[in-house]
Amino acid sequence: MPSTYEKIQTYTAPSAQSSVTFSTISSAYTDLILVGNFVQSASTAFGSLSLRFNGDTASNYSYTGLQGSGSGSGVSFRASNSTQMDMASQNVIGEQNIIIQIQNYSNATTFKTAISRYNNPSGLVMSYVGLWRKTPEAITSLVFFPASQSFATGSTFTLYGIKAA
Amino acid sequence: MPTFTQIGSAVTVGSGGASSIDFSTIPSTYTDLVVILSARSSRSNTTDTVFLKFNNTNTTYTTRRLYGLGSTTGSDTGSSGNGVDIASINAATSTSSTFNNQQIYIPNYAGSSQKSVSSDSVSENNSSTGNFLNLTAGLWNGTSAINQITLTPDVGSFVQYSTAYLYGVSNA
Repeated sequence: MPSTYEKIQTYTAPSAQSSVTFSTISSAYTDLILVGNFVQSASTAFGSLSLRFNGDTASNYSYTGLQGSGSGSGVSFRASNSTQMDMASQNVIGEQNIIIQIQNYSNATTFKTAISRYNNPSGLVMSYVGLWRKTPEAITSLVFFPASQSFATGSTFTLYGIKAA
Repeated sequence: MPTFTQIGSAVTVGSGGASSIDFSTIPSTYTDLVVILSARSSRSNTTDTVFLKFNNTNTTYTTRRLYGLGSTTGSDTGSSGNGVDIASINAATSTSSTFNNQQIYIPNYAGSSQKSVSSDSVSENNSSTGNFLNLTAGLWNGTSAINQITLTPDVGSFVQYSTAYLYGVSNA
């Protein structure tokens, strides 16, 4: 079987963590997938769950989200010139997961895009798309973090690489 | 090392149909599970619901869904002992030979916490009815490792040529 889907790094929180960082990401793949399975460290919600790349905190991010709360119609919203790429907004505590795909992350010629699917069966189900517009460079590190609260002990995060070749 | 490995054999429903699709004796050696389902139901309707059940257990499953249906969008919730309401699949009065397709992702399936599920599902059929796009979050309140997965239509049966594959994803 071709090795087209490989683990790059995995992380299990040994204690409550305010963020998770993957660094020194190899450029040997075509796309990245981040899978997180987590709960809050305390009984209040995270707010947003966001990405930053290569330590960039400038207003180079934008995103659009589609969200369902379990009633009514879906809600869509967006932000431009943000200092972070929101991949979910979160309002209820509980078991939750997120799957984020980052396309063509290692080239130095195009802006980078990401797609997320976030699932909190007690709160919200949603999908986000995000754009990072810093002068194009390969993504070599990323940080995933909540606006408030921390990821609880035992929360797991794995970064996979996908090869097109 | 490959991290995306097929578990067991692919399931292809035969001419007699199948009341359910079952993957059993799932080892705990992976990190996550992925189910790829292409399915159609015999129910005399444009759609049928599929339930996703673990370990043949009828304890509580909850579902939260965001969907598109033609020009309508909506969101709803559900709770059932039958399983996570994981998809609205094409059924007998839907355009012929059209099958729902979906991917179900189950992280940390062998852990001791409750199990959350992510599913993306489409049932496009080139008509104005029954063309669901579902984004679904599911939760099983069981804390045992998942060793069995059962997919069951609510009313009908899976028709011939419905297929299902189970993959294990390893972070080791």
